[in-house]
Amino acid sequence: MTGLLITAGTILTIALFALVYRILALVDIAKGAHEKRVGYSNTVNAVMFILFFIVGFGAFFWYSGKAEYLPAPSSEHGVITDNLFWITTAVITVAFVLTHVLLFFFPYMFRFREDRRAYWYPDNMKLELLWTVIPGIVMAVLVITGLIEWTKITAPAPENAVQLEIVGKQFNWMVRYPGKDNKLGKHDFTKIDGTNQLGMDFATDKANFDDFVPREIHIPKGKPVKLNIRARDVLHSVYMPHFRVKMDAVPGMPTTFWFTPTKTTAEMRRDLKNEKFNYEMACTEICGNSHFAMRMVIVVDEPEEFNKWVTEQEPWAKQNKDYITGLKLKDVNLAEILK
Amino acid sequence: MSATDTHIESVVDVHHDEHHEHEHHEQSFVRKYIFSEDHKVIAKQFLITGIFWAVIGGAFSVIFRLQLGFPEANLEILRPILGGWITEQGKLDQNFYLALVTMHGTIMVFFVLTAGLSGTFSNFLIPLQIGARDMASGFLNMLSYWFFFASSVVMFTSIFLSTGPASGGWVIYPPLSALPKASLGSGLGMTMWLVSMALFIVGSLLGSINYVTTVINMRTRGMSMFRLPLTIWAFFLTAVIGILSFPVLFSAALLLIFDRSFGTSFYLDEIYIDGEALHNTGGSALLFQHLFWFLGHPEVYIVLLPALGITSEVIATNSRKPIFGYTAMVFSMLAITFISFIVWAHHMFVTGMNPFLGSVFMLLTLIIAVPSAVKSFNYITTLWRGNIIFTPGMLFSIGLVSFFISGGVTGIALGNSAIDIQLHDTYFVVAHFHLVMGSASFFGMMAGVYHWFPKMFGRMMDDKLGYVHFWITFIGVYFVFFPMHYIGIAGFPRRYYSWTNFDAFQSYTDLNMLISVAAIITLSAQFIFMFNFFYSIFYGRLAPLNPWRSNTLEWTTQRLPGHGNWEGKIPTVYRWPYDYSKPNATEDFIPQHIPLSQTPESNLEHEKAMIEAELEMIEEEKHSTHHHGH
Repeated sequence: MTGLLITAGTILTIALFALVYRILALVDIAKGAHEKRVGYSNTVNAVMFILFFIVGFGAFFWYSGKAEYLPAPSSEHGVITDNLFWITTAVITVAFVLTHVLLFFFPYMFRFREDRRAYWYPDNMKLELLWTVIPGIVMAVLVITGLIEWTKITAPAPENAVQLEIVGKQFNWMVRYPGKDNKLGKHDFTKIDGTNQLGMDFATDKANFDDFVPREIHIPKGKPVKLNIRARDVLHSVYMPHFRVKMDAVPGMPTTFWFTPTKTTAEMRRDLKNEKFNYEMACTEICGNSHFAMRMVIVVDEPEEFNKWVTEQEPWAKQNKDYITGLKLKDVNLAEILK
Repeated sequence: MSATDTHIESVVDVHHDEHHEHEHHEQSFVRKYIFSEDHKVIAKQFLITGIFWAVIGGAFSVIFRLQLGFPEANLEILRPILGGWITEQGKLDQNFYLALVTMHGTIMVFFVLTAGLSGTFSNFLIPLQIGARDMASGFLNMLSYWFFFASSVVMFTSIFLSTGPASGGWVIYPPLSALPKASLGSGLGMTMWLVSMALFIVGSLLGSINYVTTVINMRTRGMSMFRLPLTIWAFFLTAVIGILSFPVLFSAALLLIFDRSFGTSFYLDEIYIDGEALHNTGGSALLFQHLFWFLGHPEVYIVLLPALGITSEVIATNSRKPIFGYTAMVFSMLAITFISFIVWAHHMFVTGMNPFLGSVFMLLTLIIAVPSAVKSFNYITTLWRGNIIFTPGMLFSIGLVSFFISGGVTGIALGNSAIDIQLHDTYFVVAHFHLVMGSASFFGMMAGVYHWFPKMFGRMMDDKLGYVHFWITFIGVYFVFFPMHYIGIAGFPRRYYSWTNFDAFQSYTDLNMLISVAAIITLSAQFIFMFNFFYSIFYGRLAPLNPWRSNTLEWTTQRLPGHGNWEGKIPTVYRWPYDYSKPNATEDFIPQHIPLSQTPESNLEHEKAMIEAELEMIEEEKHSTHHHGH
């Protein structure tokens, strides 16, 4: 019934529209509007560009002032990349506004007049050179500053960096810390099963025994943190918006990203006056139907708190004694390792 | 222009002409309108198919915008159309959301802005503007459309699968797209996507080869490369890009088909999914991304260059001024063509690719901004001191320049790898490419339709409806895509069904709602266009021969040119196509086929020297025509 009504309504609307249109067209013909080379509409359109410019740019500047952006970056490199972004934005806004002043005012200034003829101006080598060279120089400056920062960000992580592993799977993240030996144990995707979700290879690498797998990420403030990223099934992408961190997780190809957090969760809560604030990690590479739900909380601690937290964590192997026993490893003294 | 009927034109090869007419009448309906080899009919086939796809692609975007703008809304009302894709709770299914996003991208990029734009206008304008009877091979040209049609049928059918169409994003990155277990859309939907794209690429290549051959070999007498309208330069270079890049997508797709169906491991390595470790090892997911973007990035220019070419022509004509810096325009297009091949990895800064490679691609990427900037400045300078007539085509062209700039400048931020770390895969990217590539190209296509409709159908579209269509669409597009910059700067990721899971992405519900409302209005305004288009085909005012007082050759044909385009001899070309408002000329335009010797009052110094050679040529031609005729 609703369908019928909608169809009838649509048909009626179209019919009405066609009728009105036909009448207007006939009126136009009667007035002989098409005999003139350029009608009144030309002025209307020209004025519209000016109106659009004023209202459009008014809205642009007004809203840009009041829009909510992300809080200031909580990582060392993030401050620099944010600065680069805002400098670039300032430069391109100038270019955007200037070109649009010309683009929208010229149509009004030079709208058709019967008594005028356009100015014959086919080319001007100097002008062309000018606007090849100026964008070239601006671009070069932006590129070089970006390049310097990019090289620093992607340089190998410092030796003393806190190591942790992030593994993406449909549809959640898993993290692993190296434990006391400060070494992440080797993994093997064929060892993955319902219990050993990370595929830790206990048979070949004993470094796995003290690794722990917490529910949320903890990282210390002011210390470099190195993320060792991998994926189990499809592409994912580690995205920590507050730290300006992003790196894809690729099955079969480990990736890394390192950064230095600069504000603890507690400090952020205080600064933002939001007791519930949490740093978050999301996925930014489409990975299937629950792509939008891959959330994990990140906690930034003071270094002492962080160290305390680390010592409190129980190794995964210890939590899963049955699994380890079931592996029937020969040359391993389970009792000692799991004590 | 009354002074145009030169002696040469009146010399008609009678015999030849009769032959043509004869052929024309013999054609059956099927050969004339369906399996036609006439470039003009093929162009219209591409256009109508493109419009059909644009409606579907636009409707898809509105459906997922409903989800994003009104996440709480009950979409039960869509059940008659979407059936099971509306869940029990009246929500849009999550899988189908991704399928909509994927199909919107695929349809718009390939079926509308590649086939619908390039297919339509390259086909229609190349022979008409270079002075050729048809394409080099009418048969291949026909095949080109029918491969596209077959590809369309496959893609269209995939929409109705119970598991839905492909849903891995239009970039179909494996392993997601390679593993049916990974996503509902990676099953039969993905297979059909690949088959459809393979057919599409064949069609595209057949078309492109034809365009290049035709432009190189079949230009009329006097039509040197530097007398070509910029439209033709654009179509020519677009076809070159297509020929060089589409085969790479073909191989990417082929290897993906192998991985999916024949157990190979080109893109797969160390995968554990659905309780099972796969046997595939040694492949590289990044290999696919490199291959995909080797087409994917040039593809941006495949959709954009034709739009820019059309704009050059429309802006010059309606400013009544020569396009500013013709040579600079040609060279910037050549530069864009070349550089477009060596910037692809800027889509991959944070994919785990070697960061040094990122540095190189960042440098190359920002270089491409320079010729693009030159083009924008040249368009603006063309407007300066013009005598501007706002036809709907002209309005859409100015709109294109606006989008090209507003979308282009943000590319400078995104092309900077350090900045891209944060912006990659956020709504900032969505805003950027929808303006610079999507909307700009769409506006180029609209400008083309309004401008060449009289030549396509022999009738005029209604101006007033065109104005209304333009203003609603122009304002609407800015309302849809400009706010996305803010959402992107705030870090909102793309391809999210909903942001409610994250504290960080709680804001901007108002802006998202605004975008969705604007999208609905903008889509609705396209029905004004469709009404105008289809109504005018049948009932529009009869078009004058040269309604825009334009210089290019297509306006020297009959109102509705028949098979072979010109009744008599193909006109010879004596000048470039931009002699608008030449000093001392009697009219504000001098078409390309008017000899310099007929316009002594307006000839420039260097042109005066050319008259002698020109007269000799005319004499010679007269002779050869008579000779041929007998």
